[in-house]
This record gives sequence, C-alpha cells and structure tokens, in this order.
Amino acid sequence: MLWVDKYRPKTLDQVIVHEDIAQNLKKLVAEQDCPHLLFYGPPGSGKKTLIMALLRQIFGPGAEKVKVENKNWKIDAGSRTIDLELTTLSSANHVELSPSDVGFQDRYVVQEVIKEMAKNRPIDTKGKRGFKVLVLNDVDKLSREAQHSLRRTMEKYSAFCRLFLCCNSSSRVTEAIRSRCLNVRINAPTEEQIVNVLDLIGKKEGLELPSGFATRIAEKSNRSLRRAILLFETCRVQQYPFTSNQAIPPMDWEEYVAEIASDIMKEQSPKRLFQVRGKLYELLINCIPPDIVLKRLLYELLKRLDAELKHEVCHWAAYYEHKMRLGQKAIFHLEAFVAKFMSIYKGFLIATFG
Amino acid sequence: MAPVLQSSQPWVEKYRPKQVKDVAHQDEVVRVLTNTLETSNCPHMLFYGPPGTGKTTTALAIAHQLFGPEMYKSRVLELNASDDRGINVVRTKIKDFAAVAVGSGQRQGGYPCPPYKIIILDEADSMTEDAQNALRRTMETYSKVTRFFFICNYVSRIIEPLASRCAKFRFKPLSEEVMSSRILHICKEEGLNLDGEALSTLGSISQGDLRRAITYLQGAARLFGSTITSKDLINVSGVIPPEVVGALFAACRTGDFDVANKEVNNIIADGYPVSMLLSQLFDVIVEAEDILDEQKSRICKRLAEADKRLVDGADEYLQLLDVTSNVMRALCNMPEEFQYDS
Ligand SMILES: Nc1ncnc2c1ncn2[C@@H]1O[C@H](COP(=O)(O)OP(=O)(O)OP(=O)(O)O)[C@@H](O)[C@H]1O
Ligand SMILES: Nc1ncnc2c1ncn2[C@@H]1O[C@H](COP(=O)(O)OP(=O)(O)OP(=O)(O)O)[C@@H](O)[C@H]1O
Ligand SMILES: [Mg+2]
Ligand SMILES: [Mg+2]
Repeated sequence: MLWVDKYRPKTLDQVIVHEDIAQNLKKLVAEQDCPHLLFYGPPGSGKKTLIMALLRQIFGPGAEKVKVENKNWKIDAGSRTIDLELTTLSSANHVELSPSDVGFQDRYVVQEVIKEMAKNRPIDTKGKRGFKVLVLNDVDKLSREAQHSLRRTMEKYSAFCRLFLCCNSSSRVTEAIRSRCLNVRINAPTEEQIVNVLDLIGKKEGLELPSGFATRIAEKSNRSLRRAILLFETCRVQQYPFTSNQAIPPMDWEEYVAEIASDIMKEQSPKRLFQVRGKLYELLINCIPPDIVLKRLLYELLKRLDAELKHEVCHWAAYYEHKMRLGQKAIFHLEAFVAKFMSIYKGFLIATFG
Repeated sequence: MAPVLQSSQPWVEKYRPKQVKDVAHQDEVVRVLTNTLETSNCPHMLFYGPPGTGKTTTALAIAHQLFGPEMYKSRVLELNASDDRGINVVRTKIKDFAAVAVGSGQRQGGYPCPPYKIIILDEADSMTEDAQNALRRTMETYSKVTRFFFICNYVSRIIEPLASRCAKFRFKPLSEEVMSSRILHICKEEGLNLDGEALSTLGSISQGDLRRAITYLQGAARLFGSTITSKDLINVSGVIPPEVVGALFAACRTGDFDVANKEVNNIIADGYPVSMLLSQLFDVIVEAEDILDEQKSRICKRLAEADKRLVDGADEYLQLLDVTSNVMRALCNMPEEFQYDS
C-alpha cells in the first residue's frame, strides 16, 4: 500500500493536521444529527481524510467496510431512456460518488441516488442513525443543472439523507447550495505541519532522517500533503539511507513545462510555436489538466521575466484560461497564450535592445 | 411495525414557518395570500428572489393552509427540477394530477378547500425554454381547475408568456432587524444566549439569507455551546478575516509583483473562496479614503470582469492574480495600457 493510504488517519482523534477542525466536527455530530456539509480547500489538503473519519465517527467502524460497485441506472426521460454507469463506493450507511464523471447527465445520477436512499431509509434497530450520508466529490465540477436540481432535494429529503459535499473551488458552487450547507474550509497544511507528518511517517517506518531533509521535501510540496508524502516515498525508493544532499525529484511533467518555458524565451517564431504545440499536446495526452499546464507555464515564465512584463503576462494567462473554460479545445487557447507571450516578449526585446 | 425514526430535523426545517402570516419581511405576498385564505381567490403565482428568503416556505404554507393535512395529497402537487425528467414526464404528471375532478368548493375539516388544485413548480428557472413553452399550453388547458406557483431565483430565466400569466412577487433579502427578531425567537426556543454584537454580526454575514443565518447559528451552537459570541459566528461562517484582505491590499501598495504573487498563493492555499474575497476587497477599496475616484473606477472595472469570469468557472488563482496586478498598477499609477502588446 502506498504511504498516502497507509498513513491516512482513520479517526478524528488521530488526525494531526487539522486537529481543531476534527474536534469541531466531532462536536457537530455529537447530537444525533448534523447539517449538510460543504468541505472545500486546495488539492491534497486533507478533505477526504476528514470526511472519512467523520463518517466513522457517526456510524462506527462499519463505515470503513465499503464496497466498490459499478452501478447502472436506466433513467426514464419521457421519450427515451438514458443509460448511465458510474462507480460508487458504499457502506451500509453511506454512498460516495463523483457525479461529474458522467458529464452533463450528472443531475440524473444525483437525483436517482438520493431517491434510492430515501426509499431504503435505514431502519433503526440497534440505535443506529436514522439517516444516510451521500458524499459527493468534485461538486465544483457539477453542471449548473445538477446544482440547481439539488436545491429542493436537499431540503425535501433532509430528514433521512445528509450530504457531504467536497470540492476545491467553492466559487464554482452556486450560492443556493452554499446557503444550504455548513461550509467547512480545509486550508492546505503549513510546511511545518507537513514536516511533522513526514517525521511521524519516518518514525513509523523506522527511517533515519538527516536534519533538514523533511523540510526540503515540504518546500517542494506546494503545501500539498499528498504530494509531500508521495515525494517522501519516492525518495525512499530511490535511495536509502538518505543523505542530507539527496535530490528531491521533481515531477516529470513539471520539468517538461519548464523546458517549454525556456524554449519560448529563447526563440519567438512560428517554427518554435509549432514545436511547442507538440509538447503541449504531449502534456494533454498524458492527462495533465490544461489549466494546470497553463498555471505552471505562467509560474515558470514569471520566474524568468523582468518586473515590468509580469503584469502583462499574468493578465493574458487569466484571459486565455477563461476563454479555455468557455471553449472546447484546450490546445487552441494554450497555444494562443504562447503566441501572445511570444509577441509581447519580442516587442520587449526590440524595445530594450533594438 | 418499523420503529419510528427519531432523526431530528435541522433547524432550518424545524423553524420553517407553517403559516403564511409567520413569513417575515415579505409583506406584499403575505397580504395577497391572507386575502386568498378569506376569499379562496388565487391567481397563478411567480415567486422570485435570492436564496433563503422564504419562497418555498410561503408556497408550502399557503397550500397547507388552504387544504389541511387530509386533502393536501390529493390537491397539491409539488414538482421541482429534481423530479423533472424532461417536460414530457412533467406534463404527464400534471395531466394525471389535474384530470381528477375536485368536487365543489366546500370547507372541509376547518380548511377552505377551494375548488382547484395547486401545482408548485420549484426551481422553475432550471427548466429549459422548450419545457416552459410546453407548459404554457398545459397551463391553459387546465386553467379552470389548477393554480400554478412558479418559484425561482432568477426571474429572467422564466419566459415572458409564462411570467405574464402570473402575479409576480419579488422576495427581498431580509433586513437585519427582521432577521434579528427571527433569530432571537429561535434562541429563545433553543435556550441560546446571543449578545447584541453577535446578533448584528450574524445579520451582516448572512446578507439577507435567513437560511444561512439559521445554519450558522446551529453550527455555532453545536461547536461552542449555548453562549455564542460574534467571533464564534465568524468562525463557522467562513467569512474571510479582514486581516487577510488587508494583507493583500498592503501587498498591492508595495508595487512589487512578487510580493503580491506570494500573498495570492497564500490565499489560495488557505482555501478562501475567491468570489467572496473579491467582494470583501471591493468594500475595502470603495471605502478607502486615500484612493482617487479614478483609481477606484479602474479597479472596480477589473473586479467586475473577474467576478463574471469566476461565474463562468475560470481558475481562482489566475483571476485573483490578475485582479491583484491591476490593483497594484492602479495604486502605484502605472499606465493602464500595456506597453508591449502589439
Ligand atoms: N490530518 C491529517 N493528518 C495526517 N495525514 C493526513 C491528514 N490529512 C490528510 N493526510 C494525508 O494526506 C493525503 C491526502 O489527503 P486527502 O486525500 O484527504 O486530500 P484531499 O483534500 O481530499 O485532496 P484532493 O482535493 O486532491 O482530493 C492522505 O492520503 C493522507 O495520507
Ligand atoms: N421570510 C422568512 N420568514 C421566516 N423564515 C424564513 C424566511 N425566509 C427564510 N426563512 C427560513 O429559511 C429557511 C429557508 O427558506 P426557504 O426554503 O423558503 O427559502 P427559499 O426562498 O425557497 O430559498 P431558495 O431560493 O434557496 O430555494 C426556512 O426553512 C426558514 O427557516
Ligand atoms: Mg480527495
Ligand atoms: Mg426554495
């Protein structure tokens, strides 16, 4: 098992990063019921971990006995039936799914699952809770329609179904949904907190950590706990015993983006643009999300630019990312950004050096 | 028999007014509906307005008051976007429902029971235009025996031919006084202590949305016990602490792009919702006394653009960085036009 899974705290009391939030959650569910919850925060900050620990707090160890199913739904949409398939994780007391995986038909899934839950209302025999929990991942990726259709459903079935919603970007969740939940912000852990987690894992694995080693990993982690733990394990595989100057390997795709940045700083021409396009394609084919690529590219460019150009370049990055979101073909917009950058940079070079 | 479930309801449901007269702050619609209770006359209705202002509450209350628990099921059909599986299903449901005769309008069990049925279409703004058009016909066909209640957040999404058939009521965000009196009522019932400061904080952070205020209150009560302070409420509400906005603003004043970028990165890592941050930044900028109107307008233009882009789903980091860069350029009197853009 990967360390990220092996050392994921199981109960709210074991959580060592968001201790305060964990204790609050514990109090929140102390009395039989809890409101709908919306967890939001950057990737790898510990949202899922807290949600799973919270389920255990509410339902006991049974919440960990999950089965993975590929569920099929036949949805009667009047004139035709829609077939949908989605992977769900469920225990006796909860169901977890990522409805955005079925694209624009996401709202049917949400409705269907909630109704199913309402029908199979848990019967209380051994003092177990009278409600089930539906965990919805990536609600920021839900279509507007799906979000709208959640509005009344969340109220109507609130007696027997609680929603735990989870997302990165809460700005993408509609006001009406946010108004129906207690919002729980999960900030990314600080570098010191990450160091603590790494030290603890090191201890449990019986590893010898040179001083400053964990700190260097934490600095490279972008404050993502998941990333830090993955890096740590990679280092362990690459070389042990650790040495204090051991290199922390960067992600392949990030190096690749750094290369692209160098390429376009060196030469601004249609030919170069064409070469860069190939590289951008390569990244997309490897499933690096286009907005992540754009952000990383901006990061690399900003590192290399004079102050006066930074404003201009970040302006266009924001502009093209927005266009990309509205459009369909990400590559066009990435390429447009690169072309724009080349033109600006060339203008700058000519103005400065003639 | 299966044991009765005792899962308690969230407070928003527990304190949902059961009678039209208890709906706060929406005087006009309350007046019209009170009249309905006396005369049994009721037009088609369209309720619109922001979340948590009482639209669903009002529609459910009038339906219950007109028909009482016995008749409710046979006389009221509640449909929402979640039931809607295409207009055909809706139409069939409505047809089947409307087709059963209602009998004469006679009071039953102390309820007026007027001779029509009520169809509540909640979340009507998520119906497609086609679906709405199709509904027009249905509405006409059954106009003698049905009354429609349309409920939505955005009235502009309801097509004109439907809207014009209804009496329209805008539900206003609740004023702080009205909100306070509802909150105090709940505090009394639940045995909570809330001082004046906490009460006014709750009013301002929930921005006229009573559901939100009640949710915050319940959250705070669970977490902090029966005496709740203003700080506790801010804590559960997820409002961004003024220091955070202040730090960003200060970073803009330095004129150093990298300093500002670092601040933006921190804000994103801390997970603050950028849409909320922008509106708090807006307040700071509008109120700042040492910024010229010209600078303010330059900044606000950009804020508006970013807000729109966020609604479109644009990336939070990039939008915030762009706004920050613009604020910096305005504050430090850097030219508005870019230099190297050809
Ligand atoms: N409180 C914690 N204490 C110790 N380790 C933690 C804690 N929270 C998370 N972790 C570790 O960090 C990893 C990532 O956390 P998690 O999967 O909860 O992130 P997430 O917020 O759901 O991320 P994403 O948004 O990318 O899905 C976990 O696998 C776990 O090993
Ligand atoms: N005007 C009001 N008077 C009394 N209580 C209210 C009022 N508005 C909202 N509430 C409280 O807030 C809760 C939610 O209100 P309601 O469901 O009517 O909102 P809504 O206007 O339908 O919002 P949405 O547009 O999000 O559906 C109610 O259960 C009630 O407790
Ligand atoms: Mg996760
Ligand atoms: Mg409503």
